[in-house]
Amino acid sequence: MKKLCVVLDDREVEDNPYQPDMWRIVRRYPLTKDVNFYQARPVDMDEALRMSYLPGQFIMASIIGEGEAPFSISSTPSRPGILEFCIRKAGTLTETLFGMKENQTIGIRGPYGNGFPMDKMEGKDIMIIAGGLGAAPLRSLLLYILDNRDKFGKLTYLHGARTPDEMLFREEFMQLKERDDLKCLLTVDKDDTGKWTEKVGVVTNLFKELGPIDAENTFVAVCGPPIMYKFVLQHLVKLGIPKHQILMTLERRMKCGVGMCGHCAIEYLYTCIDGPVFTYWDVLHMKEIIGRGVSDKVIA
Amino acid sequence: MMILKMKKEDLSAFLESIKDWGELWGPTKKGEKVAFDKVDSLSQMDLKATRTIIPPKKFLYPPRFTMFDFDENGYVERTGDVPKRILFGIHPCDVHGILIMDKLFLETYKDPYYAERREKTLLLGHSCIPDDKCMCFATDTDFVAEGFDLFFTDLKMFYLVWVGSSRGHDLVRMRPDLFSRDLQKDDILNYTEYRKWKTSQFKAEVDFTGMPDVFELAYDSPVWDELAEKCLSCGQCSMVCPTCNCYNVVDDVELGSIEGTRDRYWDSCMFREYSLVAGGHNFREKRADRLKLWYTHKLQAYIGEFGEPACVGCGRCVSTCPVDINVATVSKALKEQEVGK
Repeated sequence: MKKLCVVLDDREVEDNPYQPDMWRIVRRYPLTKDVNFYQARPVDMDEALRMSYLPGQFIMASIIGEGEAPFSISSTPSRPGILEFCIRKAGTLTETLFGMKENQTIGIRGPYGNGFPMDKMEGKDIMIIAGGLGAAPLRSLLLYILDNRDKFGKLTYLHGARTPDEMLFREEFMQLKERDDLKCLLTVDKDDTGKWTEKVGVVTNLFKELGPIDAENTFVAVCGPPIMYKFVLQHLVKLGIPKHQILMTLERRMKCGVGMCGHCAIEYLYTCIDGPVFTYWDVLHMKEIIGRGVSDKVIA
Repeated sequence: MMILKMKKEDLSAFLESIKDWGELWGPTKKGEKVAFDKVDSLSQMDLKATRTIIPPKKFLYPPRFTMFDFDENGYVERTGDVPKRILFGIHPCDVHGILIMDKLFLETYKDPYYAERREKTLLLGHSCIPDDKCMCFATDTDFVAEGFDLFFTDLKMFYLVWVGSSRGHDLVRMRPDLFSRDLQKDDILNYTEYRKWKTSQFKAEVDFTGMPDVFELAYDSPVWDELAEKCLSCGQCSMVCPTCNCYNVVDDVELGSIEGTRDRYWDSCMFREYSLVAGGHNFREKRADRLKLWYTHKLQAYIGEFGEPACVGCGRCVSTCPVDINVATVSKALKEQEVGK
């Protein structure tokens, strides 16, 4: 007879995986015109110390009366007790969240998803390539590596945005340029301020600045709009980065986060439990994605 | 596994005796169709019926229910208001469907809503007579060895009763006088004959062998677009499929209030909004892409993951789809690279 309740991970059997805990917004400020930055802390302090996660994992956030949606985490688990995330006005839920202020509470459950394979990435050179809002999940990885700098090899951070005003965490990343333990390259498609001191052009232009790369020994994490993937992946394959060392984080509609509601299915995989981080080699097998965001030209 | 024998005329008395455990539900006639309904006795059930409109998944995972009540202080789980039920007359295909649901809802993470209903529901299976839409022979789900509490096989003169769980055994122990272990040579021959007879009754022309490869090869086939031309995106196939588990979640709130409920209801990947994300990007805008997801899940992806299809051959998509798109016609169209009429 089949056993009725098999729990494969170390979650308590009686836990309701859909139960949101209440978190308080403790800090909020605009990053760009339509993206706000939030810091939240659990109302129950014991919860704050229990919460652990990996860069690349995500949370399900609930707004009372509005509903629930997945959001990537922008903070690093190496600075525990607080969660940070970026909200862009995109629908009714984010519209409400966008207007919320310090001391208001939201529901949060998670973390979910596989996250970046930090154990495999240790000891390797790391290249992070962010485009637009892709900086939100990749900031978690970047800060985690900076906080554990001795465990990783060479670190390169590439970030492209449409304009200087639309670059998430612009001041924070500008300061990173001062550090000598990473190479931080920032670019904008168009400088409409006249004050931009960094590069102008698409993110792939930054590849010229990279210098020698130990491709076999490098992990690359990419997140950005579909059009960016297309060109970035072509470059990375040309550089000789192994396809299973190119990491991408995917976005899908999600209602549960625990592999049950079905919405985030890509063939036999669920983005919420098998992802959201996939290797380029994984993605090459997702026929649904090839020919959409990622062109088949990349295969050749 | 324990197999017992019961006189056919004793079934009614047995069901009467176990009714104390919970509500008795069974297949009943609704015009020309059959549906599970609450009954008082065996006489109200139609045990000759083939498939009910909706599979018994609706008892374990209702079409719509409340997960949480919420107010400004947070979310409070809503469990505990589930009645105890005895479902009688579940066919082997539907037991297999429930086994697939168990895999989805009870492994990795345990869904507390499904688990509670599963625990409060006894499954009493009953053998069936295949009709021209039954395809369980092609999905290896025409007989069943687990997942039920009791299973009754009608051998004309008597029932053979499989005891599939400790709870099923408890039911037997409520009326031990009605069961016997006195199995003779003739009983065994009778059962082998029954299996041969059932196997000979299937009329549907369907063959799922090699489907994962066919799906892979036919991924870009124009057959998908031709099927999509016919498909109405009505989602009925998902509602009637015993293995469709997708759901949507909405917060229902009274106007001018912040109190309300978080409800969960059946969804279908045939619906346009299924893969729509905030900001308006739709990962499956085309109807062909949504059809492809449905059938790939049932006959390719699930096989790759679990070694068996997520189709139990119940024939409900065959009897329900208004434009004749179903596991049989789709697999045939892909194999022959031609959409039938």
